[in-house]
Amino acid sequence: MIQLTVNGRSREVDVEPEMPLLWVLRDELDVKGPKFGCGIAQCGACTVHVNGEPVRSCSFPVSAAAGKRVLTLEGLAPGGRLHPVQQAWIEHQVPQCGYCQGGQILAAVALLRKKPNPTDKDIDEAMTNICRCGTYARIRTAIHAAAKSGKARA
Amino acid sequence: MTTRREFLKVSAAGGLVFGFHLPAANAQNVAPEINAWVVVRPDDTVIIRYARSEMGQGSMTSAAQLVAEELDCDWSKVRVEYADTNAHVRRKRVWGDMAAVGSRTIRQSQDYLRKAGAGAREMLLIAAAQGWNAPVAECTASNGVITHGPSGRKTSFGKVAGEAAKLAPPKEVTLKDPKDWKIAGKPIKRVDIPDIVAGRIRYGIDAQLPGMVYAAIAQCPVFGGRLKSVDAAKIEGRRGVIKVLPMEDYVAVVADNWWRAKEALKELPIEWSFGAGESASSESILQFLRSGLDDASNVVVARRNGELEQGLAGAAKVLEAEYFTPYLAHATLEPMGCTAVLKDGRVDVWTSTQNAEASHATAAATAGVPLENVYVHRVQLGGGFGRRGGSQDFVRQGVQIAKAMGSTPVKLLWTREEDTQHDFYRPLSVVRIKAGLDASGNPVAWYSRVSAPSIISTLLKLPLKEGVDPQAVASFADQPYAIPNVLIEYAQRNPHVPVGFWRTVGHSQNPFMRESFVDELAKAAGKDPYEYRRGLLPAATKEHGVLEATAKAARWAEPLPAGVHRGIAVTEAYGSYVAAVAELAVSDKNVVDIKRLVLGIDSGHVVNPDNVVAQMQGSAVFMLSAMFWGEITIKDGRVEQSNFHDYRMMRLREMPKVEVVLAPSGGFWGGIGEPGQAAIAPAICNALFAATGKRVRSLPLKSHGFEIA
Ligand code: FES
Ligand code: FES
Repeated sequence: MIQLTVNGRSREVDVEPEMPLLWVLRDELDVKGPKFGCGIAQCGACTVHVNGEPVRSCSFPVSAAAGKRVLTLEGLAPGGRLHPVQQAWIEHQVPQCGYCQGGQILAAVALLRKKPNPTDKDIDEAMTNICRCGTYARIRTAIHAAAKSGKARA
Repeated sequence: MTTRREFLKVSAAGGLVFGFHLPAANAQNVAPEINAWVVVRPDDTVIIRYARSEMGQGSMTSAAQLVAEELDCDWSKVRVEYADTNAHVRRKRVWGDMAAVGSRTIRQSQDYLRKAGAGAREMLLIAAAQGWNAPVAECTASNGVITHGPSGRKTSFGKVAGEAAKLAPPKEVTLKDPKDWKIAGKPIKRVDIPDIVAGRIRYGIDAQLPGMVYAAIAQCPVFGGRLKSVDAAKIEGRRGVIKVLPMEDYVAVVADNWWRAKEALKELPIEWSFGAGESASSESILQFLRSGLDDASNVVVARRNGELEQGLAGAAKVLEAEYFTPYLAHATLEPMGCTAVLKDGRVDVWTSTQNAEASHATAAATAGVPLENVYVHRVQLGGGFGRRGGSQDFVRQGVQIAKAMGSTPVKLLWTREEDTQHDFYRPLSVVRIKAGLDASGNPVAWYSRVSAPSIISTLLKLPLKEGVDPQAVASFADQPYAIPNVLIEYAQRNPHVPVGFWRTVGHSQNPFMRESFVDELAKAAGKDPYEYRRGLLPAATKEHGVLEATAKAARWAEPLPAGVHRGIAVTEAYGSYVAAVAELAVSDKNVVDIKRLVLGIDSGHVVNPDNVVAQMQGSAVFMLSAMFWGEITIKDGRVEQSNFHDYRMMRLREMPKVEVVLAPSGGFWGGIGEPGQAAIAPAICNALFAATGKRVRSLPLKSHGFEIA
């Protein structure tokens, strides 16, 4: 049994230690926010936070998350109060299909935690997730907006 | 008429516990349906049904805006719900075409959507007037409230909806003049975005059913090949593995977790008979297509004006060039997949599809049940780009596998590798272009021969009108320039690689060739490429208008900083007219720094301007990925690329500044999802020529040593 805390809730799973966290979340725990895009840590659709750090869960064995806190998109707005990044995402109409956006939002939250006022260069370096629909211009705008709203520290 | 009762039955029979909310079913049970598109609840909530698909193109919102506009309802009380495919079958296709393809969701349904809104408003007005015993002409609707003018009495849509639903629909309705629009034409926020950012929205991949098992598949690596044998015993006893299913051209491993299925599949010894395709390579395919440029037979005329040979013979100068564009994969971020369950003659399917009706029909045919017994549950798509419409291979597989598993629900999901290597690719093409210029540099003759596969005949298996695939010759056969002698020919050449509709289809490649070659002509004529085009485009053409608007916004006439160069292009695409101006600098290492990309569009009417901007921005990323890196190559009959490390996508740091110029001239309905890509590649390649003197006649740019800054 491997214990991990997912969005504030303690969970135990009986799986192979090498099973990627993504598939534990999606297929064992029915947490569907993290998406599958490539399986090789290229796209970032599967991004979740483990103890506050963004990781690509398709390439992150569940054993490495044992005893740790996992945050997915579903856990970002406890009580339905949207995170400033989510609010900025709505305000600036960032998503197109939306499939990558959970990963993008979690990457942006992690960036803002480290750099509350990121420069364009900071955004370039931190936001490496693929958006096939091409929402990058709006992602950049929304991150600046969330930073400005001044309360972007999760 | 099968209306609310039918829905009730459907949803009661639904009975499946499922992680999706199925609001449509609920609404359809309780609320009065004014017509197939409009349901009004007693609490004034207005439910607008949406029949096509939402994959990020924003049409779900735009379509609802059009209905709401004519309905005169309160937008804040609107909820959009998918039309149900099963009810669609039973109600004689009351919602019309469900396909979201060809940038046609709005342009092909705007008329009946607006009429549905206007008709529902009329019925609500009549119901209110009857309640007041007043003439309907004295009643008006605004923001969901109905007012009786003379008495000032008011009621709401919700209060009269029950009565309105009993009325016969009006025979004639008058639609608003778009200049009076209050909801349509405005940058209304998309209805699906709050669910996306909160992680509530569901895609095909997110289907979850009790007792569900998971399938991973390996398809024959060579297109057209067949499965010979598998050694299932090799993976027997692996944790979670439930079954190995040998199919005609693929193998499925079913397990209790998708990762376990996929890992087991890797260990499964599989033998294929590859068939005739095995000997094909990119080189042999190119050679086959090139032969189409010179062959005298199997060539058809797509357009003829005047006498080409005479035009060329009398020309002061003749130019000739050969252009090439490669196969491209769609690479939707959500890979192909399908969840299905067969039980008691009924089939339920959850899949990301651009054509729910086609998925429905495929599921019925595969399961061998009547259409009435199929339920395709509607979900958001993790990208479509043409991959999920005409080809329903994933539904066929999903239902085949579920059928083999009895009544156990199965979720099929492809790996990215399967997705990259088993696509229906944007066709490659080679084109010969020849033009003759008169003494003043104006073209007097234009010839193009396109040698390329036909999507219409190979994927859709439809007969071609006079042998011409319109996509293959798009933007050549309808070229807008004033040229007296034109001959456009098509040589259909179909290699074994399956082809399909890839966002912008023929307009993703032919405008690159046409507009690059027009630049070659301008150069030969010693003229400015903008002025040259402008002079050749009749002033009445929409191309002329959008070219001017875009050049003006880009300040074409103004000098650029040292080292920065411009390129321009214009074309029609999907009923809209687009132009692009690119400004860029090229380093001595061939690193291309795109300073600015100005994209203009005249779509006639604009239903949601912010969404048009979003689609243009997205189109820029999509096309830049394709033109810098996009190329699917073939070796030993199979695709060489497999995942994003070798089929590269643009990332945030690489996206240039994109400025969008909306130049709607009104009076027509052009597409939005695809046109944005059409003018980008030639504008950039023309700027590259201005910067380096090197004429790019084939894509991707990486093959020429160019990299993006
Ligand atoms: S699915 Fe994990 S990075 Fe793409
Ligand atoms: S919004 Fe579709 S992949 Fe990013």
